[in-house]
Amino acid sequence: MAAPVARARQHVRVVPLRKVADGIRTDPIRVASSMSSEATPDQPPSPERPPAGGDLVVRHRFATRLWHWVNVVALVVMLMSGLMIFNAHPRLYWGQYGANPDPAWFEIGSRGDQGFARLGSLQISTTGVLGVWRDSTGNIQHRAFPRWATIPSSYSLADARIWHLAFAWLLALGLLAFMIASLINRHFRRDLTISRADIRPSHIWHDIKQHARLRFPTGAAALRYNILQKLSYIGVIFILLPLIIFTGLTLSPAMASSWGWLLDLFGGRQSARSLHFLAAAGLVGFALVHVVMVLLAGPYNEVRSMISGRYRLPRDKGQRR
Amino acid sequence: MIRRRSLLGGLALGGSGLLLSGCDKLNASPGFRNLLEGAEQLHYRSQRLLGGGAALAREYGRADMSPLFRTNGNRTPASLAYAALAENNFIDWRLVVDGLVARPLRLSLADLGRLPQRAQITRHDCVEGWSAIGKWQGPQLAAILRAAGLSSRANFIVFHCADDFGGVPYYESIDLNDAFHPQTILAILMNDHRLPVPHGAPVRLRVERQLGYKHAKFVMRVEARERIDDLYLGKGGYWEDRADYAWYAGI
Repeated sequence: MAAPVARARQHVRVVPLRKVADGIRTDPIRVASSMSSEATPDQPPSPERPPAGGDLVVRHRFATRLWHWVNVVALVVMLMSGLMIFNAHPRLYWGQYGANPDPAWFEIGSRGDQGFARLGSLQISTTGVLGVWRDSTGNIQHRAFPRWATIPSSYSLADARIWHLAFAWLLALGLLAFMIASLINRHFRRDLTISRADIRPSHIWHDIKQHARLRFPTGAAALRYNILQKLSYIGVIFILLPLIIFTGLTLSPAMASSWGWLLDLFGGRQSARSLHFLAAAGLVGFALVHVVMVLLAGPYNEVRSMISGRYRLPRDKGQRR
Repeated sequence: MIRRRSLLGGLALGGSGLLLSGCDKLNASPGFRNLLEGAEQLHYRSQRLLGGGAALAREYGRADMSPLFRTNGNRTPASLAYAALAENNFIDWRLVVDGLVARPLRLSLADLGRLPQRAQITRHDCVEGWSAIGKWQGPQLAAILRAAGLSSRANFIVFHCADDFGGVPYYESIDLNDAFHPQTILAILMNDHRLPVPHGAPVRLRVERQLGYKHAKFVMRVEARERIDDLYLGKGGYWEDRADYAWYAGI
């Protein structure tokens, strides 16, 4: 099945998205169509035709693609080493202080051979998964998160910290570099800026319905993020990631000394620790939805577009194959 | 397309399995660990740069104090010599100040109480993640080091403790920036009372911009040294030697 791609490379002049996006707004688009066996367009390739379903276009810029895969590594390591760090004290508090004698709003623990997770006064049994589980040799372990969810897999707070605090640099500097690059290459302005039309309630409702029915945009419309995508990406790039980085910094006693405003901003070190955990949960939620959407939208095309940048615009319903 | 999809699915499944064993392998690889542990230098340098080395840890009011300050590590040293000192309310206890100093000292609890005192209500951040706020009072370490005439060759201050883990004594070390920091004190009072044994009686180091394991309890001897890599296993502290905790615990 590699043939169409190879042929596409030979026959298709791939158009950078920047030009495509400019073209949509102003000029007649210059895009070539694929001549591959699986995509024979209705019209012959023409430099004047706007992009349509079946066209192979460059969708993601290099900075976006690089950052995406750096983040896959950084976030997986941060999450799994973070869960191990959580295992050292699996309780969360609000305020400046919080330790075992103080009330925790969230807790994973065990009583005897029963594991549990408790949120406020709501407690559920999690034996086998959280709190109490069996390790690879069949021995029962009394730790919050199980071995398959942590780095390293056997309990070591010191090792998890070594991973977490090294990859934190990759995550934070990666975000900073991506933000600078996306200002320069205008990725933020072009793709993430919310227009007035985007936030019309009828438009938002329409997008929600389309998502719920798993109807994805086709043709040139697939080049633009819809409002739900924009809100998710804005939420991750400008809210969740900065939140997790700055709450993480607040946990450092030296940073909390140099930048005392961090303690005021988040309402104390233990509040920052709770927010750090909640932001991580938010990122996990985003990643799960993100992966499901990629699988539903066509994983080959979507993953390719994040590796080489090339993306075949989905065909309109009824468009000839 | 079907084949591509199943290929991707297979890669994802295989990938997660490889990820786990791969990370454990990397974790055990000395080269990779060295690379990751290199970040400690970044933390040390960047944080010293940011705070100018002089930033003060947040000090709190009485209302912010933990109702109950939990203990951690050794609750009491196991040695008979310590038990005898504690039995007698540490009247016979002497803090030895030696190493690279012009005038080695032997200070009693009363001596420490007569030095100018600093009291501070600060947050104790354990490496495990919990925090407790308490009030600490005692002489600044800087005053003691000046009284002993610290040599210009000294780079580190080492704290030798009365407690041990399986016969290996607890110790910790800090650089001179932390040693001369105004909030670095040898606490003899906690929450306005004599330091309780579980919190490190008779003296506990407070080095407020670092994590709890740096705050050596049951301090018996303060030693000024040029280097720490020739001491015990060479990493500058018990947990650093034993479990690869970072020597610089500002994060």
